[in-house]
Amino acid sequence: MIYDTAIIGGGVSGAATAWWLSRYETNTVLLEKNADVGFGVSKANSGIVHGGFHHPVSSLKAQLELRGNLMFEQLRHELGFPFERNGILVAAFSEEEMTTVRKLYEQGIANGVHDLEMCGRERMLELEPKLNPDVVGGFFVPGGGTVEPYCYVFSLMESAIGNGVELRCGFEVVSGSYQDGLWTLQSADGREIQARYVVNAAGLYADQVSARCGAEKFTIIPRKGEEYLLDRTCAGRPSRVIFPVPSKHSKGVLVIPTAGGTTMIGPTAEIVEEKDDNATTAGNQKRILSLVRNMINGISERDCITAFAGLRPVLAESEDFYIAPSEKVPCFIQVAGIQSPGLTASPAIGEYVKDLLKKSGLSLAEKAQIKYFLPARHTAREATLEQLDKLHAENPAWAHIVCRCEKISEAEVIAAVRRGHTTVDGVKFYTRAGMGRCQGGFCSTGILQIISRESGIPMTELTKRGPGSTLLAGKLGDLEVKA
Amino acid sequence: MNERMVDVAVIGAGAAGLAAATVTANAGCSTVVIDREKFPGGILRQCIHNGFGLRYFKEELTGPEYAGRAAGKCLDAGAELWLDHTVSNLKRTDDGLLVLDVLSAETGVTRLTAKAVMLAMGCRERNRGNLAIPGSRPAGVFTAGTAQKLLNSVGVLPGKSAVIVGSGDIGLIMARRLTWCGIKVKAVVEIMPHPSGLTRNIVQCLNDFDIPLYLGHAVVNICGKNRVSGVDIAPLADGIPQDEKTFHIDCDTLLFSVGLIPENELSVTAGVTLDLATGGAKVTSGYETDVPGIFAAGNVLHVHDLVDFVSEEAERAAKGVLQYLKKETTADNCRAAAGKNLKYVVPGSCRAGEKQLFSFRPLIVTDGGKLTAKCGDDVVFTQRIPFVRPAEMIAVEVDVPENAAGITFELHPGEVSK
Amino acid sequence: MKKELICIVCPRSCHLTAEHDGENWNISGNMCPRGKVYALQELTDPRRVVTAVIPCRNSLQEVIPVRTDQPFPKKEIASLLNRLYKMSAAAPVKTGEIIWENVDNSGINIIATESRDIRKDG
Repeated sequence: MIYDTAIIGGGVSGAATAWWLSRYETNTVLLEKNADVGFGVSKANSGIVHGGFHHPVSSLKAQLELRGNLMFEQLRHELGFPFERNGILVAAFSEEEMTTVRKLYEQGIANGVHDLEMCGRERMLELEPKLNPDVVGGFFVPGGGTVEPYCYVFSLMESAIGNGVELRCGFEVVSGSYQDGLWTLQSADGREIQARYVVNAAGLYADQVSARCGAEKFTIIPRKGEEYLLDRTCAGRPSRVIFPVPSKHSKGVLVIPTAGGTTMIGPTAEIVEEKDDNATTAGNQKRILSLVRNMINGISERDCITAFAGLRPVLAESEDFYIAPSEKVPCFIQVAGIQSPGLTASPAIGEYVKDLLKKSGLSLAEKAQIKYFLPARHTAREATLEQLDKLHAENPAWAHIVCRCEKISEAEVIAAVRRGHTTVDGVKFYTRAGMGRCQGGFCSTGILQIISRESGIPMTELTKRGPGSTLLAGKLGDLEVKA
Repeated sequence: MNERMVDVAVIGAGAAGLAAATVTANAGCSTVVIDREKFPGGILRQCIHNGFGLRYFKEELTGPEYAGRAAGKCLDAGAELWLDHTVSNLKRTDDGLLVLDVLSAETGVTRLTAKAVMLAMGCRERNRGNLAIPGSRPAGVFTAGTAQKLLNSVGVLPGKSAVIVGSGDIGLIMARRLTWCGIKVKAVVEIMPHPSGLTRNIVQCLNDFDIPLYLGHAVVNICGKNRVSGVDIAPLADGIPQDEKTFHIDCDTLLFSVGLIPENELSVTAGVTLDLATGGAKVTSGYETDVPGIFAAGNVLHVHDLVDFVSEEAERAAKGVLQYLKKETTADNCRAAAGKNLKYVVPGSCRAGEKQLFSFRPLIVTDGGKLTAKCGDDVVFTQRIPFVRPAEMIAVEVDVPENAAGITFELHPGEVSK
Repeated sequence: MKKELICIVCPRSCHLTAEHDGENWNISGNMCPRGKVYALQELTDPRRVVTAVIPCRNSLQEVIPVRTDQPFPKKEIASLLNRLYKMSAAAPVKTGEIIWENVDNSGINIIATESRDIRKDG
């Protein structure tokens, strides 16, 4: 099988590109090195749909951010992932900060952001009563919002697959060569794929993939962001995303009412050496807590249920995105440096890449029939008792709650496994099971049993997130008890 | 949707729920006990070691044996057990009844209406995230209870070599369990300068196997990309890790035994007010919360160290339920407060002129401590407590004086303070 | 000869001192008679109650918890466990039922500490 396009990388950019291409009469394969899509940069970020005021409109990232932002309602309507347009408030706590706020406001207006509102103290407190009353003013961006990034990637891929895209997980591209109008891509485990066009959306590893395919040399620097997740009962959960006034290098530490119902605080911004450095560090929790407590009341360290760190793939050469056909090798589109606001921009990135492919000669005829809508996804958490009663009549597993903290039913876990999410993290990201306050303490045993039963993978071979992350070491009696 | 009406709904079929239901059912009240698990007994069922029941059953038992006896008593009394059922919501109606939304694969959705509810949900384990332990996020990090469940309920091994964080009894018991399964326990790390668990567990779970116990040390980094590869440990000075003295231990598994949190999210949904010191509900001398008809007992009320005390407390609380159902409850008229060296007192109020059992959690380690109770400036009660340990709950019975409006307890260190 | 012991009979954890006068051990520091019995046993022939789980056939539950019905010689525990893990029980089992009788002619039995019914779905 020769594919028209091989997309390397199943993060937001790759998945959105696959989703766009799935609407045309063209064969696409997506190659993901991890055990599941969305397991890299896309799973560990702030989950913000940004408002389009942080970057000057001359940048590619601002253009794609603005367009991407506007596409989220339609995508949610079609794909059903959690997304809330709950608005962004930028809060200033001094007159000096207000100067920056005015500049940002003007930049937003210049960028063409709708409904921006400069706010005085009273208006800020009206929009978010939990704000520290020392707030001086700020501005309101009604178009900002929050999304569950891994669910978004899963939905894009599920829709893309439903419309004909193929997905290969565990496919790490180690070499690529172009001959006679065809790219040949080889994986670490010896698999081979041929395609006419290649999209390099390899996130943190886009520089490696580019080099391995003989394309441009550039460097991706990992910039780490630590986030702390607070329980859904946290009294300080705001109704909108609260931003501080940004500094030169970072948008600052935010308070985020996640689309999943919890509260997240973070991120930090720190350049690190390793591209797999997801370690949280001592002292950052205290630092972040003290920063957000200056903005919002009612947040306590007792609310903290977990911490994680993600890496932004930052180009050494530029703060902007690098999305362009390679000038060194043919039929090769670079999608690199997709750091913030990459998630917001991603629907537009996919479209932009699709257009670049078309300009490079890929024939894209619209399909006569497209499955626009993913099947509606129920959740036990949000269902009314009457709905649960009906769901139970269809499938008894709907009334078996396996994750008590997030109220996830066995039916939802089974659905995740049947859609190919057979790692514990995959099931967690798809369903939220294990994402709540006990962090899987109570439910992980039962969930391992369900994954094993549904996938046929022995329990002792199940992993957290793919090869190397096996959760168990064998059965009782496998190890000798020493005298 | 199913509808049912009962006198008493008990949430949780662990030691507390079973004991409470036994009392109410024996008194002739229709009683339903609801539990998420397929079998009654709660966490006791995974505590397969011995050491339970010396007080309540006058015999040394393992956890499953204790659970079996408690469940047997409860069924004999005529209580119904709804197993594999989850209470997803609890609220009080305007006419004073309590409505529980109950879910199960077997029976679907049931709306259960009860005249009284006993909260007996126990607690959950504090985990890595609650403590913000730095490091990477590999597989192989478990709470002690999760590892215990994997080993004792399923028969699978969580790893091959382990470090245990926290010297509470669960952590110590797990050190022995892991060793007895062929898993090498490299160390137990305790942030406090003294062990959090009982001394006898240090002896029989650590010393028996030469497992090192690092007191006054903290895990400062979890290492490993996909699976745990080791931990960095540092001694503490004034609570601050001494970086230059940090050392590394290789292991593939990390167990956290760093405390328990009463599981009260359902209680809060029903409007119950919690006591910040216990993490449990504020209750009266009849173990009634501030929502009329809702009672609480056992670990959901405050974390106990002996299951025998849980069963006894639940029996007392069930008597409160019976009084409530007979409309014989008399309001408390004397506040109880925890003073010097005590983290809390349960219950938080009582009746003047009556006998009352109070439970306390001490904040200090001392031998020959003295517990006193004062009404105003008058010392109305004194009792010597030979061994005071934060790991061990203190329970005393006090004759609350007539006309007392408040009673305050204090714990005084003995001659040998540690 | 003098030895320090900590009693494990009950949660009180008494600190015991054992002194050998050439003929007998003299125990002090115990707050009850059980402490003395424990100390003498611990000095001459230390034993522990052993608990474990083993596989269980024909049951909804994979394993069944078991224990020794008396304290078992400490130095033989590893050997006991290694052999125990190779065994299995079959439902139905009643609490207290003997799973392994008279282990190594010690007079000590392995008994079930929980009942197991036969699984209904096959």
